[in-house]
Amino acid sequence: MAALSHREGAGDPPAPSRVLTRREVWLRQQRRRAALIAASSMTAVLLAVVLIVPRTPGWPTVKKTFFNGARFRQDFPDLLGYLWTDVKLFLTCVPFILIWGVALAMMRNIRNPALFPLRAFAAAYTDLFRGIPVILTIYLVGFGIPALGLKGEFHLLWFGGRWNSAYLWGPVALILAYSAYVAEVFRSGIEGIHESQRAGARSLGLTQTQTMRHVVLPQAARRVVPPLMNDMLSLQKDVALLSLLGVYELFRRAQVIKDRTFNYTPYVVAAVIFLILTIPETRLVDWYSARHRRRTGGSQVA
Amino acid sequence: MNGATPKVEIRNLRKSFGTKAHRRTVLHDICLDIGEHEVVCLIGASGSGKSTMLRCINMLEPVDDGEIWLHGTGGAVDLAEPGLDPDPIRRRIGMVFQSYNLFPHMSVLRNITLAPMKVLGRSAGDAKATAMHLLQRLGLADKADAYPDQLSGGQQQRVAIVRALAMQPELMLLDEITAALDPVLVGEVLNVVREMRNDGMTMVLATHEMGFAREIADLVCFLQDGVILESAPPAQLFTEPQHAETRDFLARVIASGRL
Repeated sequence: MAALSHREGAGDPPAPSRVLTRREVWLRQQRRRAALIAASSMTAVLLAVVLIVPRTPGWPTVKKTFFNGARFRQDFPDLLGYLWTDVKLFLTCVPFILIWGVALAMMRNIRNPALFPLRAFAAAYTDLFRGIPVILTIYLVGFGIPALGLKGEFHLLWFGGRWNSAYLWGPVALILAYSAYVAEVFRSGIEGIHESQRAGARSLGLTQTQTMRHVVLPQAARRVVPPLMNDMLSLQKDVALLSLLGVYELFRRAQVIKDRTFNYTPYVVAAVIFLILTIPETRLVDWYSARHRRRTGGSQVA
Repeated sequence: MNGATPKVEIRNLRKSFGTKAHRRTVLHDICLDIGEHEVVCLIGASGSGKSTMLRCINMLEPVDDGEIWLHGTGGAVDLAEPGLDPDPIRRRIGMVFQSYNLFPHMSVLRNITLAPMKVLGRSAGDAKATAMHLLQRLGLADKADAYPDQLSGGQQQRVAIVRALAMQPELMLLDEITAALDPVLVGEVLNVVREMRNDGMTMVLATHEMGFAREIADLVCFLQDGVILESAPPAQLFTEPQHAETRDFLARVIASGRL
């Protein structure tokens, strides 16, 4: 019918058919069934939580110390102000991590025997910092280096201060640890580019460096964006670990309020504030990953 | 062959893969002369060494032994010479692959102009003019701004040929360039090869298109297990093969309907 009306030159688009095919009816039933199952299981779980948790013996205390409404209203604006410190620390680390991470990945790809020490260094570096818990790196760097008794002051982007400051060595520890993760992501991206791309480039007379710069790296960079965004999301949260060195950021502030009021609500507030920041970031990563998958082909298996 | 001056002389070329314990020789003492403006077709079953031979000529594979002399205006170079810088050689030799190997993140035009600009130091305008001229000749001018995955296989392969031609090579190596194409698209790519032949390009083709080899080649070499068993002008090799193995191979090709 649709084709006919087009052939007749009718200006209006053909009206959709009212009659559903057998397949469409079946698909609609399937969707309804899935929605029904999801809704009922969700209700069951929520009901269990709402019914069981308030019956636990400690609930009245927990409610007062963790979910205190008055404290929440009072602490929220206070703590929100400290979020900016976390974001600033995060934004300061990111460019250094990316640059140092790419540099490490390139070092590991060196095939020139004269530069073997660089390659060995990069391998040892990533093994070391990937193998140590971030919190230990922060402790060792953040307390160890200032203990050398450095004098004087530094100025860097938004931050300035004394050379033995936690605001310097804390971010340095994060950069050291995360650049190792990022280097591995980049390395897998570089190795994921098919050898035929290199062959194509080299057969045209491009040098190894030109091949890397114009053919391999641009393609690898596109592929590593989703895993890279994941690492950045972890970094955003791990900035809170710097509070252990005395960096006065969101988590540290929550601790200070808790110590003053003997109420744990500020921790819940801090958690909520982190979620406000990270949930949009998580959605962005998911959206980008899905788009990337769609673009590089491959459909979902039924 | 036909008294033409040789463009490439291959002498006792040997190549093997694998470790010392598990060595697999893929080319045994290959000797071959490729004359200027000549078209040489390498035929034989998969794994007979056709592709490896082409890759050795383009220095993509290091050889174990032997000589590959490339003659040109600046005298002759032995491509098998250990330690020879491959980059100045490769800009004189064009290569087209079975899987096209276009750069997917660049437009067709950028794919073609990249090497002339970066390797030969040509200006952007100059490189673009050459690229557009070649694309026009191959009927692809309207695809200059398209990306490789927006093109059909045949179009992609023709772009790959243009990309190699834009370097104005003295020699073209075509490695089963129609093997990944559906039969309808094979014709458009082979037409380009015919045109290159008419322009006097020296070419070495590894191919399974026997009919085409018969039509276009000055010399056909039948490879089996890394040895050139027989090489002769197509009229002779296809009608009066000297070796039992060649006859057997051609009989199987005919049985599969490809000749």
